[in-house]
Amino acid sequence: MSADREYTCRSISEGAGEGEALLSTDALCFAMCEADTGCVLEKGHCLDGRSVAGKVLVMPTGKGSSVVQADGLYRLLTKKTAPVAVVIQTPEPVLVSTIIAMEVPLVDEVDPAFYAAVEEGDHITVDAVACTITLRKKSASGEA
Amino acid sequence: MELTSLERDMLEGKHGEGVALAMKVQVGTGKAFYAKRMVPITRAHVAASAQEGDLFFVTKLLGLGARCLVSPTTNPSMDLTYLEEHLWTMDEDAVARVKASDDAYRRIGATMTLSCTPEIEKNVPSFGEIVAFSESSATPYVNSVLGARSNRESSISALCAAVTGRVPEYGYLLDENRRGEILVEVQAKVEDDFDWALLGYAYPQKYKGPEVPVFTGITKRPTPEGFVQFGAELATSGAVAMYHVVGITPEAPTVAAAFGGNDVKARVTITEADLERVREQFSGEAGPIEYAMLGCPHLTIRQVGEIAALVEGKRFAVDTWVLVSSLTLELAERMGYLGAIHRAGGHVIPDTCMDVPGCWDIYYGRPGVTESQKCAFYCQVYGQRYAVRPLAQAVQAALTGEVVK
Repeated sequence: MSADREYTCRSISEGAGEGEALLSTDALCFAMCEADTGCVLEKGHCLDGRSVAGKVLVMPTGKGSSVVQADGLYRLLTKKTAPVAVVIQTPEPVLVSTIIAMEVPLVDEVDPAFYAAVEEGDHITVDAVACTITLRKKSASGEA
Repeated sequence: MELTSLERDMLEGKHGEGVALAMKVQVGTGKAFYAKRMVPITRAHVAASAQEGDLFFVTKLLGLGARCLVSPTTNPSMDLTYLEEHLWTMDEDAVARVKASDDAYRRIGATMTLSCTPEIEKNVPSFGEIVAFSESSATPYVNSVLGARSNRESSISALCAAVTGRVPEYGYLLDENRRGEILVEVQAKVEDDFDWALLGYAYPQKYKGPEVPVFTGITKRPTPEGFVQFGAELATSGAVAMYHVVGITPEAPTVAAAFGGNDVKARVTITEADLERVREQFSGEAGPIEYAMLGCPHLTIRQVGEIAALVEGKRFAVDTWVLVSSLTLELAERMGYLGAIHRAGGHVIPDTCMDVPGCWDIYYGRPGVTESQKCAFYCQVYGQRYAVRPLAQAVQAALTGEVVK
């Protein structure tokens, strides 16, 4: 038996994606990511130097001017270095409209127990149709 | 979210796939903010930018058959003809991208104003009007100075609004979200346009958060240009899209009216030292410069007239670019300002932004002067080292070829 735990969430942009959790305490603007690698290039950002490519990005909200968010995410998608799903705490209009238009799964209003349990590198499956997040702890993956 | 039968038809594709996609983005955004319904708009402004992501989306909508119900004005891209004649031969990819972007926006039904100051000319909303404005310096102006109602739209959501002719009703469209939350006591002297820019940059450094600030302690009404620069810096340093200045902006005759019954969530004081810190942060190094870039956001005819008066009979020591709307360019010619700036060796260029990739590469990594903190901030990624000075001092630096501390 696996140690999967399931949490409820709200779907903002439909779709599904799974990958390793990348946890950010800062809002992110996708324009500040290098397209070829997905690496965040913003001095002082908690993810500076880390890549969002293929990850489930868990962050508070989005930031950035009205155009650059879309351009940044588009370049990541064309280079296949975008996150596979995004989990946020507070919706922000520029981020929300950009992510829906670019068809990346996005959820919010996640059961608070998820935030207490999730750690960097855990395996997360976001189902933005069924409105669930499934969490498999990194430490549990070798067991079962 | 409750949709009318027309809106449901739009969402379900009965008005074409393009309209359905635009509606999907808007309904999705509305749901995220618990909007109860959609409401019609009378104006839109799209921050079209000739960037890849933006081009992708407008081309997609166009390909799916979408056309604008409400024709939006557009942000600048670049005046290729002028740049190729006076600056350099541009990279083919950049040229192709700009042409494709201008063409796509024209075909989808935009009004090609190519200026970032729609709120002071060509697309000026009235008090209470519901609009979708996506230039981050224009949105605070239409909300706060004009009393119109817009959320902080992305280039994508504003284009969707132009296509469907409506927006989800949430955020700054609703009375309760326009009321003040943060009380800001301004103890610094805020008089000229540059002081307003400093104040706009300083406030988000002292309070991070998008809550509506209420500025008190200001007695002198800014010029329209002062308000434009104030909003531009509030949105560069932070994400403020709505504010009040007590006794000056229309929804704030008094402190009580500005708060509308809200409790004061936080108090912030802005002192001379706060403005001085921003001035210092952007002062750059004293010494030689290689170019001057003036007009972020685009300068008005009044500002172009000031430049003309300062340079009459003189010569610029470095490349000097004055960025304006095509309307301002036309007026500058009529007023004789254009001749004065041309005789001094300067350029007045319409339709162009200082932050369009592929346009100004010649200056990347080089020191220059500008009047705008916003310009200096966003062009950091190109290695452009800007000294920011009040407009008259920046013109002086362009004439002598150096900035002084």
